[in-house]
Amino acid sequence: MIRLEEVHKAFGRQTVLDGVDLEIESGKTTVIIGRSGGGKSVLLKHIIGLMKPDRGRIFIDDVDITRLNDRDLNEIRKKFGMLFQEAALFDSMTVGENVAFPLREHTPYPEDEIRRIVSERLQAVGLTGVEAKMPAELSGGMRKRVGLARAVALNPEIVLFDEPTTGLDPVMTEAINRLIIDTQQRFQLTCVVISHDIQSIFEIGHRIAMLYEGKIIAHGSPDEIRTSANPVIGQFLSGSIEGPIKIV
Amino acid sequence: MNAISAALDGLGKAVLSYVEEMGRILLMFLSVGAWMFRPPLKARNIFKQMEFVGVKSIFVVVLTGTFTGMVMALQGYHGFRMFGAEALVGSTVALGMTRELGPVLTALMVTARAGSAMAAELGTMRVTEQIDALSVMAANPIKHLIVPRVLAGVFMVPLLTVVSDFCGIVGGYFVGVHLLDINSGIFIKNITKLVDLGDIYNGLVKAACFGLILSLIGCYKGFNARGGAEGVGRATTEAVVLAAITILISDYFLTAIMF
Repeated sequence: MIRLEEVHKAFGRQTVLDGVDLEIESGKTTVIIGRSGGGKSVLLKHIIGLMKPDRGRIFIDDVDITRLNDRDLNEIRKKFGMLFQEAALFDSMTVGENVAFPLREHTPYPEDEIRRIVSERLQAVGLTGVEAKMPAELSGGMRKRVGLARAVALNPEIVLFDEPTTGLDPVMTEAINRLIIDTQQRFQLTCVVISHDIQSIFEIGHRIAMLYEGKIIAHGSPDEIRTSANPVIGQFLSGSIEGPIKIV
Repeated sequence: MNAISAALDGLGKAVLSYVEEMGRILLMFLSVGAWMFRPPLKARNIFKQMEFVGVKSIFVVVLTGTFTGMVMALQGYHGFRMFGAEALVGSTVALGMTRELGPVLTALMVTARAGSAMAAELGTMRVTEQIDALSVMAANPIKHLIVPRVLAGVFMVPLLTVVSDFCGIVGGYFVGVHLLDINSGIFIKNITKLVDLGDIYNGLVKAACFGLILSLIGCYKGFNARGGAEGVGRATTEAVVLAAITILISDYFLTAIMF
């Protein structure tokens, strides 16, 4: 279970998170929606301890990670995998070395076993025979799939996805969505997905939360969100330029 | 009066910002020191960086060392000839190279070639979230990225300085003996008489300090880069300028302490 209590974060005078309260259920996919530049990625980076809140607490399985030192935080991070927006593959390493990286860092497995796991994880995301390729040789969709293979290499309990379908064509978007659903079901993962792709939100989310002006203004099932009377949610889902969300 | 006050204000701000930056770099240095001794050290990463900083800089160091020695011999010859002391050209070149120009020029060339590349590479890794990805995978970025580069700087700049010293003296010998007709025996004898091992050792200690400075500053600037391609470009430029200034300033103090 991930729990955020009264999380505040500001950069200079700009308040990004203004008292975020959120509970993310284990074994489910929670999608966080909100405007571009609205603080969704900042929220995700708080959950994994890449950023510290100015105020408030963040609990992972009842451990407050805002008070942990680097060593203890790293122990908590071993429960996580993360797919970054542009996949963030190490461009000096091959695809195989990228997926093997967390295994070499944190397991005593021999090289044969690591190679077997790498190949299995890549197969699970629909890629075979790409181990020797460099990330620069891959398309955007392939990079994201390799990023997902790397994120689940250590069998994490929680996987975070930062805009997994941004910049992809509709077919690849659907493929990545299927992959997220399959991976979540196969490993019974807790997934937190950041997205503003409306179609994807309802396809992959068991729960949906909307971040607006630094606060979670709604959190519920896809049906509850779809039928919400909140004008902000209505405008966001319809993509209308008329409404309470101002275009700056 | 206002103009003087504004100029002093600007100067004060520049000095404060330089000192503040140095403080942050010192903190990074302490962190590097702490992680350097925590096993396991990835030898492959360290050798890769050593190859990049050392082996791949040899050509440029040979070239600058040789021509520096040659020009020192030429300038020295014209000066010493006025006093009939042409025989001192060899020892002047050798002392100049081992004590001063070998370490400083090598460090400046490595700063331009490898220090800038460190800033650009780490800067790109920062803006493309690769450094965040390391942290997320519970792998410390200082240990994985900065420790190997700093070790490579500290060990390879002195080795390159040996190459530079040697090439400078050979270049000076070529100009002095073959072009300016200084007696070969006297040229070499004065070098062995006036240059002792302490000059060479101290020059190499200086080079190790410069290697530390250029790699730390390159890594610091890249590691803290922000703002996409423009930010990476800015970090690279700042790394080269700050490292070059710091090398030259620290050179004075190291010289004052050592010689």
